[in-house]
Amino acid sequence: MKVLIPSALRSYTQSSRAEARGATLGELLADLDRQYEGIRFRMVDEQDRIRRHIRIFVNGTQVTDLALPLAHSDEVIIAQALSGG
Amino acid sequence: MPAARKKPSATKRRTTVLVATRKGAWLLHGDAARKTWKIDGPHFLGHVISHLVLDPRDGRTLLAAAKTGHLGPTVFRSTDRGRTWKEAAQPPAFAKAADGDGRSVDHTFWLTPGPASEPDVWYAGTSPQGLFRSIDGGVNWKPYSNINDDPQFRAWMGTAQDGTPDGPKLHSVIVDPRDARHLYIGMSGGGVHESADGGRTWKTLIKGLDVVEGFGFDPLQPTFHDPHCIRMCPSNPDRLYQQNHCGIYRLDRPSDTWVRIGRSMPKSVGDIGFPLVVHPRDDNRAWVFPMDGSGVWPRTSPGGKPAAYGTKNGGRTWQRLDAGLPKSQAWWTVKRQAMCADNAESPALYFGTTSGELWMGRDGGRRWNCIARHLPEIYAVETAEL
Repeated sequence: MKVLIPSALRSYTQSSRAEARGATLGELLADLDRQYEGIRFRMVDEQDRIRRHIRIFVNGTQVTDLALPLAHSDEVIIAQALSGG
Repeated sequence: MPAARKKPSATKRRTTVLVATRKGAWLLHGDAARKTWKIDGPHFLGHVISHLVLDPRDGRTLLAAAKTGHLGPTVFRSTDRGRTWKEAAQPPAFAKAADGDGRSVDHTFWLTPGPASEPDVWYAGTSPQGLFRSIDGGVNWKPYSNINDDPQFRAWMGTAQDGTPDGPKLHSVIVDPRDARHLYIGMSGGGVHESADGGRTWKTLIKGLDVVEGFGFDPLQPTFHDPHCIRMCPSNPDRLYQQNHCGIYRLDRPSDTWVRIGRSMPKSVGDIGFPLVVHPRDDNRAWVFPMDGSGVWPRTSPGGKPAAYGTKNGGRTWQRLDAGLPKSQAWWTVKRQAMCADNAESPALYFGTTSGELWMGRDGGRRWNCIARHLPEIYAVETAEL
C-alpha cells in the first residue's frame, strides 16, 4: 500500500512516497524497515510505542495501535509532529 | 648503531577538533602549528549530536551519537574519517519489557572506545541511564541488563524527574587500559560504580563524595550522588579525577575514598561545574570550568566572568586561566563533554560553549583564542589526531 513519508525520514527512502505491505500497521512498519534499514526504530521505540513526535494516520485517522489491521487499499501517512525550536 | 626510523604517519598527523552540537556536528582540522583551522561541516544538520568520537585504535573510525527532535536515537558510523556515514544496524535500545511499560532510550549520550586489546569494542551510555556495548565497531549494540534492568540500579537511577534538565544520564564510561575487564561508570543521578569483571558485577564507589546539604540525604546511598564527569589519567590509571554536583575530587587507587580537592578553589568561584580534563602525560595536572551552582543553579559562569582553573599539583592549588576570555557579561557555560585537551607536547585545551563558540587555550589554557563562533549550542568537544 501507499505510504507518505515525512521529510525527516526521506534520508532513508529518498522519496516522499513508499510502497509497503502488511496485514497490520506493525507489519507494514516492519516491511518498511526491511526496505529501508533502521527507519522503524526512528519512529517506534524498543517498547513498540510510537515515538512522541511521530504521528501515523490511516485513511486520515490518527492511529497508535501497531496491531491495527490494514487493507491493501488503505493509505498510510507518517507525519512529524511539532517538536520545538 | 642505525638511526631510528621516523614514523611518517606520526609526523603527518594533525589535530582535529570534533564538535558535537544541538544542530549537527563539525570537524575543525588544524594546521601543523594549530594556528589556522579548516572547518568541515555541518554533518547531520538538524540532528542533536551528543558525542562525536574518533577511534584512536585505527585513527579513521568515527562514531556519532544522534537523534532529532522528531525521530528516535541512533548511532552513525564512519570508517573514512567522516567522509561517509552509515547508521548502526542495531543502535542502543533497552530490552523490551513484558508488561509493555519498559524504558526507551531517549538518546545515546556518551561513547567510549574500548582498549587497544579489544579493537572492535565500544561502550555507550544513554539517557535515561543505560550501559551498552558493541563488539563489532559500533554496528550492533547490546544492553547490560544487569545494570539497565536491575531493580537496585533502577532504584538508584530514580525517574526522569530526578535527572538533569535534558534527562538523566549514564556517562564517563572508563576502561582501564591495563585490564579490559576493569570498568568505571558515572550516573547522573546514581553515583559512581566500578566493575572488575567486565561488567558482570559492580560495586559502588561513592565514599568521600558529598551530597547536597540540608535535606538529610544519606551519603551512603548512590541515588543522592551526581557525578558530572569522571576522568582517568592516561599516564596513571590508578588516579581519577571527578567533577561532581558537590565539588571536585581525586581518587588514588587502591583507595576507595574520594578526596575533595575543590576546597582549595577560591570561595567566590566555588568548585561546582561540569567538565573536567586531565593532562595526557602528567597525572598532577587537571582543569575544570566552574559554573554558578548557587541559588536556583543558573549554570552560567560565576558572575558572567568565564574562566578555566588548572592545577599542577593534584588539586592542592588552582590557577585561574582567563587570559583572552571575556572579562564580563559572558553568561555562557561549558557542558560536561565540551572540554578536552589535545596530545601536543604542550597540550592545548579546547572548550565549546552553550552559545556556540569554540575556544582554544594554548599551553594548558594560558592564553585563549576563539577559533569558531556562531555554531549551535555545543554539547561535546573531542580532539583527534588524523
